[in-house]
Amino acid sequence: MNNLSPQAQAEASTQCYHCGNDCPDEQYHFDEKEFCCVGCQSVYQILSENQLCNYYAYNNTPGKTQSDKLSHYDYLDEPKIAGSLVDYTDDKISIITLYIPAIHCSSCLWLLEHLYKINSSIVSSRIDFLKKQVSITFKHHEFSLRELVIMLSSIGYEPVISLQDVVKEQNKVSDRDLIKKIAVAGFCFGNVMLLSFPEYFGLASFEHQFKSFFGWLNLVFAIPVVFYSGRDYFISAWKNLRNKVLNLDFPLALGIAIMLIRSVFEIVSGTGAGFVDTLCGLVFFLLIGRWVQQRTYHHLSFERDYRSYFPVAVTLLTENSEKPIPMDELKVGDRILIRNNEVIPADTILMKGDAVIDFSFVTGESSPVQKVLGEVVYAGGRQINEAIELEVIKSVSQSYLTNLWNNEAFEGKRKKINTFSDTVSRYFSVVLLLIAFGSAAFWWISGENTKAWESFTAVLIIACPCALALSSPFTLSAVLSIFDRNKFYLKNTAVVEQLARINTLVFDKTGTITAPEGFKISFEGDLNYEEKCLISSLARNSGHPLSREMVKWIKINEYFPVSFYKEIPGKGIEGIIKNKLVRIGSASFLQINSVKTDTGTVYIQIDDHYAGYFSFRQRWRPGLKELFGQLSKSLGMHLLSGDQDTEREFLLPAFPWEENMHFKQSPQNKLDYIKALQQNNKMVMMLGDGLNDAGALKQSDLGIAVTDNINNFSPGCDAILDGAGFEKLPQFIQQAKDAVKVIHISFGISLTYNVIGLFFAVQGLLSPLFAAILMPLSTVTIISFTSIATHLFARKNKLT
Amino acid sequence: MNILYFLIGCSVLLALIFLIAFFWAMKNGQNDDTYTPGVRILFDDDIPNENNK
Repeated sequence: MNNLSPQAQAEASTQCYHCGNDCPDEQYHFDEKEFCCVGCQSVYQILSENQLCNYYAYNNTPGKTQSDKLSHYDYLDEPKIAGSLVDYTDDKISIITLYIPAIHCSSCLWLLEHLYKINSSIVSSRIDFLKKQVSITFKHHEFSLRELVIMLSSIGYEPVISLQDVVKEQNKVSDRDLIKKIAVAGFCFGNVMLLSFPEYFGLASFEHQFKSFFGWLNLVFAIPVVFYSGRDYFISAWKNLRNKVLNLDFPLALGIAIMLIRSVFEIVSGTGAGFVDTLCGLVFFLLIGRWVQQRTYHHLSFERDYRSYFPVAVTLLTENSEKPIPMDELKVGDRILIRNNEVIPADTILMKGDAVIDFSFVTGESSPVQKVLGEVVYAGGRQINEAIELEVIKSVSQSYLTNLWNNEAFEGKRKKINTFSDTVSRYFSVVLLLIAFGSAAFWWISGENTKAWESFTAVLIIACPCALALSSPFTLSAVLSIFDRNKFYLKNTAVVEQLARINTLVFDKTGTITAPEGFKISFEGDLNYEEKCLISSLARNSGHPLSREMVKWIKINEYFPVSFYKEIPGKGIEGIIKNKLVRIGSASFLQINSVKTDTGTVYIQIDDHYAGYFSFRQRWRPGLKELFGQLSKSLGMHLLSGDQDTEREFLLPAFPWEENMHFKQSPQNKLDYIKALQQNNKMVMMLGDGLNDAGALKQSDLGIAVTDNINNFSPGCDAILDGAGFEKLPQFIQQAKDAVKVIHISFGISLTYNVIGLFFAVQGLLSPLFAAILMPLSTVTIISFTSIATHLFARKNKLT
Repeated sequence: MNILYFLIGCSVLLALIFLIAFFWAMKNGQNDDTYTPGVRILFDDDIPNENNK
């Protein structure tokens, strides 16, 4: 996590002092240091003015690149919006917790906790590193929330403020309750052990007066363990019984109850020592197992939905002013202003301006769409041109995007993953009850009523499936932490078992199997040095991604002034440089015959002379072909894409299953495709990114979001896979299968312990000492076996 | 041996105090963030800095 090492690609080129990116040839100099962009330089300037250069002393190049950034925060001045964001406010100070994805190293920590040096109105600031949150106390009269956020942005730590308040929702979830229960159980367990030892080692005759004292004291300790710490087991067992389900909590609750009853009976009547120590140990270990299973990775939120993609406010245009309003106050008929790089929050009609909208998030189609006046613009698009004015035709909660999210197929049934222990426990409980009643009946018929009672209770006590209940959580959480180290983050432990059952893989194309670093460029034709300069000079004026790629590819730093520059979105650019008319764009723009039909081709024309074309091809993730080959040995392979089918022929060498390759798929198409596969009894794992796959991710048996920045929004998925871990996919699947194997074996071991115990129990021979040894022994065996075996398998699968 | 009653009472009381101390720490949020303080303590109050102008 700590990015302590300087960037690997150090090579000969100079690195930006702030962010470590390679500097372009035209560097920015300040204080004898090089910077890659104005943004990085200005961050350094602010820090050095405030004597905060220690920031650079803790880590090399701790910053993140500042090259593209521009946001509006006017809405934070609205008291209503600001009020909903702050945690606490009185007449002097306010406290706010902000989520800042850029937090990544100790320098970030140091700087953000020394904010008071930059502005004295900040009283204090504290970071929660793993959650990437900073909690800031500031004097709101001197320093507004907007100024605070702008200041954070100016030093490179822009907070994410979205409609779904991730910060508040994340802080709600807490396992404090469970830890308190564990503490109580552990406290009682320790004391009870201490008080039980004399009984086990035998008491001298003059010490017998203590026997009942110890017994009663034990009972006192048992009460909080059963009725506070163990309460959940009774509640869960009761709930499941009412739904006619027998889960593992039923025999556990039964065991706890019987142990308490028999202990009370023995201690009150003075006939024995009872099983209080076994009881406390059982509850203690069970709760630890539950805690291990619940332990989550706070830095990821799986509960985010479309709202976390939306801003909290939008600019409302009234007759003579513009005013930010909260999103939920947006009404049909309102006129709103959307600036460059802002998201359209509701379904609207374009009223004014030049709309070029990037819908890649909704549809998966990567090239931006141009809209004409009066056309309907659906929510979720991002405006990438100048500011536009729109009229709302549907409220936020009813827009296309929201409906897509709330589609019944998305909602419908919550995915229920059947775990192995659920299946086993159904039979386990039945067999257990049969043995208990069987042995009781046997002794009762033989006329030994005490033995009947003793054997009945002993069976339920000794067979209490403690080790059984622990084997799954310990194995699966070990796998979870191994996956976590390899940048594969699962929502919960049940996902591991689900991963082992998968037999069909469905891939999304864009963002999933394509590499993040963009395009592979080739040029057909001949260009001399001067022509290259002309192209580069023209292309650097455009913000289009392909233009930027061209400038990078040409790598010449000689630019000429451009006059009569014109950009026609979606078509091309033109301008006059050194008295030559240079035009770059699509075939129809240049009015020539196209050589190729795909959209990734850009033609060059200089003074009516056709100079050749660039072709842009998406770059695949490294090792994709080998990866597909390896996966296809045991799994069915499918590929869905929202894009045009221009890439088909380039994909075929790596992905030879042409009948399973589908292009131009809408989000609904993808969802239906997965449904169809499932109806053919396939267990489908979907790998996708972005909202356009959300439906498919939810519908699939296991949805994995592939992303190169794990703090991105990843909707409806069960797991998040960092792009860097993508090639380890076969190993992950193998590890999941091995984990299931480990669970099976450990179930076998714990059942063996149960059978040994039962052998004595049915004869009514169970002594408290025997139970007190057997229970912890089986527990320790299971915990050590599962964690050692899982790590050995991880080594075998080369996941360290 | 009657002193045992007193001693056991003491030991239970002591253990109870620790339990209550733990509860107090939980309530105070001392266990909420177990990572950041470990990094924070490594910062010096002010590193003499050659980068300073």
